[in-house]
Amino acid sequence: MPKRLVYSLPDEVLEHVFSFIQSDKDRNVVSAVSKSWYEIERWCRRKIFVGNCYAVSPKMVIRRFPHVRSIELKGKPHFADFNLVPDGWGGYVLPWITEMAGAYPWLEEIRLKRMVVTDESLELIAKSFKDFKVLVLASCEGFSTDGLAAIAASCKNLRELDLRESEVDDSSVHWLSHFPETYTSMVSLNISCLGSDEVSFSALERLVSRCPNLRSLKLNRAVPLDKTANILRLAPQLVEFGTCTYSAELRSDVFSNLAGAFSNCKELRSLCGFWDVVPDYLPAIYSVCSRLTSLNLSYATIQSPDLIKLVSHCPSLQRLLVLDYIEDSGLEALASNCKDLQELRVFPSDPFDAEPNASLTEQGLVAVSLGCPKLQSVLYFCRRMSNAALVTIAQNRPNLTRFRLCIIEPNTTDYLTGEPFDVGFGAIVEHCKDLIRLSLSGLLTDCVFEYIGKYAKKLEMLSVAFAGDSDLGLHHVLSGCESLRKLEIRDCPFGDKALLTNAAKLETMRSLWMSSCSVSFGACKLLSQKMPRLNVEVIDERGPPDSRPENCTVDKLYIYRSVAGLRFDMPPFVWTKDEDLALRLSP
Amino acid sequence: MENDLNLKATELRLGLPGSDEPERQMTPRPNKRTLSDIVSEGSRSTTEEDHQDTAPPAKVQIVGWPPVRSYRKNCLQGKKDEVEGGTGMYVKVSVDGAPYLRKIDLKVYRSYPQLLLALENMFKLTIGAYSEREGYNGSDYAPTYEDRDGDWMLVGDVPWEMFISSCKRLRIMKGSEARGLGCI
Repeated sequence: MPKRLVYSLPDEVLEHVFSFIQSDKDRNVVSAVSKSWYEIERWCRRKIFVGNCYAVSPKMVIRRFPHVRSIELKGKPHFADFNLVPDGWGGYVLPWITEMAGAYPWLEEIRLKRMVVTDESLELIAKSFKDFKVLVLASCEGFSTDGLAAIAASCKNLRELDLRESEVDDSSVHWLSHFPETYTSMVSLNISCLGSDEVSFSALERLVSRCPNLRSLKLNRAVPLDKTANILRLAPQLVEFGTCTYSAELRSDVFSNLAGAFSNCKELRSLCGFWDVVPDYLPAIYSVCSRLTSLNLSYATIQSPDLIKLVSHCPSLQRLLVLDYIEDSGLEALASNCKDLQELRVFPSDPFDAEPNASLTEQGLVAVSLGCPKLQSVLYFCRRMSNAALVTIAQNRPNLTRFRLCIIEPNTTDYLTGEPFDVGFGAIVEHCKDLIRLSLSGLLTDCVFEYIGKYAKKLEMLSVAFAGDSDLGLHHVLSGCESLRKLEIRDCPFGDKALLTNAAKLETMRSLWMSSCSVSFGACKLLSQKMPRLNVEVIDERGPPDSRPENCTVDKLYIYRSVAGLRFDMPPFVWTKDEDLALRLSP
Repeated sequence: MENDLNLKATELRLGLPGSDEPERQMTPRPNKRTLSDIVSEGSRSTTEEDHQDTAPPAKVQIVGWPPVRSYRKNCLQGKKDEVEGGTGMYVKVSVDGAPYLRKIDLKVYRSYPQLLLALENMFKLTIGAYSEREGYNGSDYAPTYEDRDGDWMLVGDVPWEMFISSCKRLRIMKGSEARGLGCI
């Protein structure tokens, strides 16, 4: 008689238990327990995250998970943000939408990042998913306001429309007016990326006034200041608000109207926008400052004294994005006022000027690391750094989880000692044991990679530029960093040996990007042959790699694991192992 | 340390065939070297700078560095009017039947023949010659563009300067479909 084992609970019970398990990792573990758990789990998984849209095919996802309600897809590699991935490389969402339109009629949420989204895709979404609720297009491109009009017109239950940092073509359609008068469900709307002609203000006002659940509203630049007050008075329940353009001179009537409107917003916790803000208007937000947890001033070209005044009103701040106009003195003020600070990002106001235009150095970051005990996440652009400062920061803040430092001039050395930054970054990885993301800069030898390989055991993403001396550097990282998922490298003398020696490691990672390095075409071919579950893409706009000797280095290399095999949408400048595909000449 | 200018060790090598392996040195390098100008298309070259130069040469922008997103760059510099001397005049180019778009900088070209040749090379197709009466009849493809009024026009119909200032995007249509355009 077969034993009745404890995990032979009825399927419905197991399904109910699984419904409390939300994280992908946990779900994946659950599905690996046994065949029956795999089966039950796959029928009740509702949310899918695909970190690389080419790692798996839509059909495969649908076959395994027949009842998905929410999907998140990422397309282009991160370095596409900096124009390193040529246009036309890929990341098209249409094949996914087409498949899901048939298989998931009850799909509610689509979140995309760095993908090419056409109006056709948006129209298909609008007509295929009757209960569609959430559309997030982060850093996407390829669509116009026509596509948005289709979404607005058809998605009766839309709650969230977030176009953060996407490129949208203006087709001169007043798409906001396509939300019917009966539509009232908006909770979160982010249209900050749209240009001036793309938003009709009166349509916006009407929309805001009939959506009582609106919690997050991020307007675009073109909405004038005097209209901001109107919007705020229509939506005093807002938690997150992205302001629009501030006008050139202070008008006291506009100011007091604005200040009054802000003071009504008791729930407001997060502010962003502030394009072209004139400092005289900033006091209009003082009434909400004490409750603010997130402030994005990274588009505001205001100077240090005004920034200091502002942050000194915000003791609850957890997240600050700001330009280097804040200067060391402003960061010192931040350090003494904002003890809850968890995330700091300081962007360069003039990244291409050789001379610094603001007095921002390593001192500011040291001050924040000392004064803000909860600081976990740092993105810092500066022109000067020292190993001593990095060591201090590491010792002060062993709880750092994300550390991205960009010393603007490549190969800059320690300004005090003239040395590379090996020791400084070594201290970061040694002390910050929970570090999951790291970006390096400045002059660096293979030593820093030895430290990273030795200490950075939880590191998941590493970005490297203009660093290292030899293959040993890359080898240290690939052989030492156990948790590594994404590695992106540009302009480093890393080549064939390290790559081929650590070929197996690449299958444990999501992807590897290498551009302007020393990897030869021959090594790429060899890697392709050895590793059938890796897609090795040689991206080279100079023409077919076969037309050059095999030891010639490739321009750009993108390697990612995939169970879907080669993709069918490669442009002419991408070469992979299948010769037939590579020789396609016509578009 | 300062006098040991082993320039070969500092050379960023991008592996032209037949070149020597640079000797890898573990000695600390001399201070800041000026980086070579790296452009996204065309040939690469590395330059070896003498560290004793007093005035560094004018800075040429490296592609994608510092890593500031173009979205942010655009916002900070303001939406410059592309006609009035912004940093480039990028327009999207689509080709009927192709799954991808390209972007080109119209400022790079001086004349229609240059532009058409570039498009032919980029997409591996033939556009052929333009004639005022016939347009691109006889070619497989015809280049069209959307102007500021939203109308689709045949490339070549208006003088070059006018085209540059009014072109918003390009679309290379299949020859048969383009015949309706550009009729005079």
